[in-house]
Amino acid sequence: MDLSFGPAYEAFRAQLRAFIEQHGHEAPERVDLRAPRTLAWQQELIEHGYAGRTIPREYGGHGAPPDILEARIIAEEFARAQVSPGLAGQGIKMLIPTLLHFGSEAQRRQFIRPTLYGEMIWCQGYSEPNAGSDLASLRTHAVLEGDHWRVNGQKIWTSTAHLADWMFCLVRTEPDAPKHQGISFLLFPMSTPGIEVRPLTTMVGDASFNEVFFTDVRVPRDSMIGQRGDGWKVANTLLGFERGMLGDPNNTLMRFNALVELMKRETVDGTRLIDNPLLRERLMKIQGRMLALRANDLRLLSAGVNDTPARLAGLVVKLVGTELRHELEALAIDALGEIGALYRGSPLLRDDGMWQQHYMYFLGLIIGGGTAQIQKNIIAERGLGMPREPKLA
Amino acid sequence: MDFGLSEQQTLLADSVSRLLADHAPLTRTRRFAEQLEARAEDVWQAVTDIGLPGLVIDEAHGGSGLGMLEAALVAECLGRHVAPLPFVATAVLAPLAVQCAGSPAQRAEWLPRLASGALVAGAALAELCGAREDAGVRLEGGRLFGRALFVLDFEADVYLVASREARLFMVHADAAGLSRQALISIDRTRRLGELRFDGVAAELLPGSDDARHARTLIAHGRVLHAADTLGAAQAMLDMAVAYAGTREQFGRVIGSFQAVKHLCAEMAAALEPCRALTWYAAHALSALPAEAELYACHAKAHLAEVGSFIARTATEVHGGMGFTDLLGLHYWFKRIGLNRQLLGSAERAREEAAQLQGLC
Repeated sequence: MDLSFGPAYEAFRAQLRAFIEQHGHEAPERVDLRAPRTLAWQQELIEHGYAGRTIPREYGGHGAPPDILEARIIAEEFARAQVSPGLAGQGIKMLIPTLLHFGSEAQRRQFIRPTLYGEMIWCQGYSEPNAGSDLASLRTHAVLEGDHWRVNGQKIWTSTAHLADWMFCLVRTEPDAPKHQGISFLLFPMSTPGIEVRPLTTMVGDASFNEVFFTDVRVPRDSMIGQRGDGWKVANTLLGFERGMLGDPNNTLMRFNALVELMKRETVDGTRLIDNPLLRERLMKIQGRMLALRANDLRLLSAGVNDTPARLAGLVVKLVGTELRHELEALAIDALGEIGALYRGSPLLRDDGMWQQHYMYFLGLIIGGGTAQIQKNIIAERGLGMPREPKLA
Repeated sequence: MDFGLSEQQTLLADSVSRLLADHAPLTRTRRFAEQLEARAEDVWQAVTDIGLPGLVIDEAHGGSGLGMLEAALVAECLGRHVAPLPFVATAVLAPLAVQCAGSPAQRAEWLPRLASGALVAGAALAELCGAREDAGVRLEGGRLFGRALFVLDFEADVYLVASREARLFMVHADAAGLSRQALISIDRTRRLGELRFDGVAAELLPGSDDARHARTLIAHGRVLHAADTLGAAQAMLDMAVAYAGTREQFGRVIGSFQAVKHLCAEMAAALEPCRALTWYAAHALSALPAEAELYACHAKAHLAEVGSFIARTATEVHGGMGFTDLLGLHYWFKRIGLNRQLLGSAERAREEAAQLQGLC
C-alpha cells in the first residue's frame, strides 16, 4: 500500500498548480463552445500539454506518452481550483480516440486537429427510439449507390446535435448480417441536405438532447471509419470510456463539501440544518458511501497504473456513483424545505438552483449510458458469471 | 502509487483461508456453537502454529510486527469462514494496548505470552461506545469496582479493561473479586460476556492516562469488525450466486431470472467498494493518523449497513432453505448481526464521524 505518487509526479503537480495560479483567470467561467475565450483557453491548455496531452504532435497534440497518474493529477488540480480543464465534448473524448485507434491516416489528418482545437464540434449518432439499451438493433440504414451512401432513419438522445458541425453515426449497411455484424461507422457534416434536428426538452428545462431525422442523406463512400460491418466493434471500444466517466466520486466530493457548507449556512426555525440530527445522519450516511467509492476509485487507479484487472470494482461505478450523487442532491433539497422546490428565475433560490438541476440531471444519468437495470445485468453476467436470460423460442 | 495488496499480504490471506477451511469447516463451527464450547482448542492450536496471535506484536517480543491491513485481512478470513476463534481482543486490541500504553516491564511480561498464544485476552471496552444498563468500571483506592458488559473474546485468561475515564488496565481472569457471566448472543461462533468488579486488583497501563489510546483502540476494533463483516458478506454473496446457479424452478436455474440476478448485482455493487474502504481504513490506522478515526467510524457504519443488506438479501435468494438450519447460512447472518452492534452501532459511529469533523 503506497498512496504517494512519487517525487516526479509531485513536481508535475507543482508545475501545473503554478500554471493554474498564473493563468487560471484566463479560463472561461462557463464553457460556451463557440466563444473566443473558450477557444483561446483550449489553445493555451494544448500548448502547455494540459489538454490533448497524449495526442501525437503531427495531429496537433502535445505528444506525451499516456500516463494514468499525470491524467489524474490534471483532473484533480483543475477540479480543486474550480478552473475549466478545457473542452471535453464527444469529439474530443470519443471521436479522437476512435480515429487514433481505427481511423485512416487521411482521416486523422483531416479531423483530429480541428476537433481538438474546438473548431469542429461533433455529435454522436448512436441511440434510436427503438434501440436504446439494445443498441445493436438499430435500424437507421445506409445503402451504397455508386460512390455515395444513402442514409435514412432516425436518432434520438443526440446531445449537442443543434450545435454540431459533424456527426459520427452508426448505420446498418448489411441488412442480412447478424445484428452486431451489419453495422458501420459513418462521418458526415450536419449541413448535409436531408438532416433535420428537432430539440428534445428535458425535465431540467434545457434542450440539450435532440432527435435527428435522415431523409435520403448522401454521404461520400469513403466517410467510413473501419470496414463495412465493423461499426459495432468500433463503437463498443469507445463506449467503455463513456461509462467510466459517469459516477466519478471525485466530483461527488466537491458536491459533498458544498452540501456541508449549505447545511452550515442555512437555518430553519433559527437552527442550522447541520444541527438537525436526522439531516446530519443522512449526510454522514452519504459520506460513508462516498468514502467507499473514493477508496474504490484509488483501487481502480492503481489497477490501471499496474495493469492489473479490477473487474467488479470497475463494473459497479456507474450504478453506485450516479445513484449516490442523486441522493446527495436530494438531501440538499429536503434540507432546504420549500426553497428546495424553487427553480430558475425565482427569488429565494439558493446557489442558482444547482441542487434542483443536479437532482433532476442525475436521474437522467442513472438512465443514460446504460440504465441502472442494464448495469445490473452487466454486473451479474460479467462480474458474477451468472447465466444470461434464455432466448425466447 | 499502489493501492492494493502486496504479494505477501495476498499470501497471508490465502494461507489463513486455507487453514480455516481445513481446521474450521462448518461442521466444526456447528459443534462449537451448539455445545457452547468455551474455546475451540484444536482450531486455536492451528492458528497459533502459524503465528496468528503475534500478528501485530513487534518482533522483539516474539510477534510478526505486521500492520493493521494484515490484521484486517485476517479478520476478513475469519468472517468468511465464521471461524470460532478469539481475534479482535486477543490478537489485536490487548497486544496493541500493552505495546502502546504499557511500561517496558509490562510489555516484557505480557507480549511474549500473547504472541505465543499461551494467553488468550478479552477486552472490556464497550462502555466507551455507550454504557448500557448503567455499566461502567471505576477505580477507587487502587482497585476496580463496577461492571463491564459485552466483553469481547470473553473466554480469556486476562482482560484489557477500560475505566469510565478511558484508562486501561490488565486484569487476571482469576483475580480475587472478579466474577464472570457469559452473555449468549445470536452469534454463537464467538464468546461474549459480562465482568463484575468488586475491589479487583488491576495493573494500570501507564500510557493510557492519555485518553487518545483508548479512542485509537476503539477505532482498531471497529475496522476489524468491519473487515469481519466484509468476509462474511462476501461468503453470503458467493453462496447466493452459487445456489442461484444450480437451483431450478420453472424449468430454469433461478440465477437466469432477472429478478434474482438483480438482487445479486445489487449485493455485489454495494459490497465491492467496501473492500477498498476496509483496506483504506486499516491502512490509515497504521499510516495515516489524521484520517484514521474518521475512516474507522465510516467503515464500521457503512459495512454494518451493507452487511445487513446482504445478510438479508442472500438469505432471500436461497428461498425457504435460507431460513433453515440445514444450509447453515444463518451463521453468517448472525455473525454480521453481532458485528453491527459491537463497539458502537452504525448510528453511533456516524454521529462520532460528524463530531470528528466538527459538525456537531
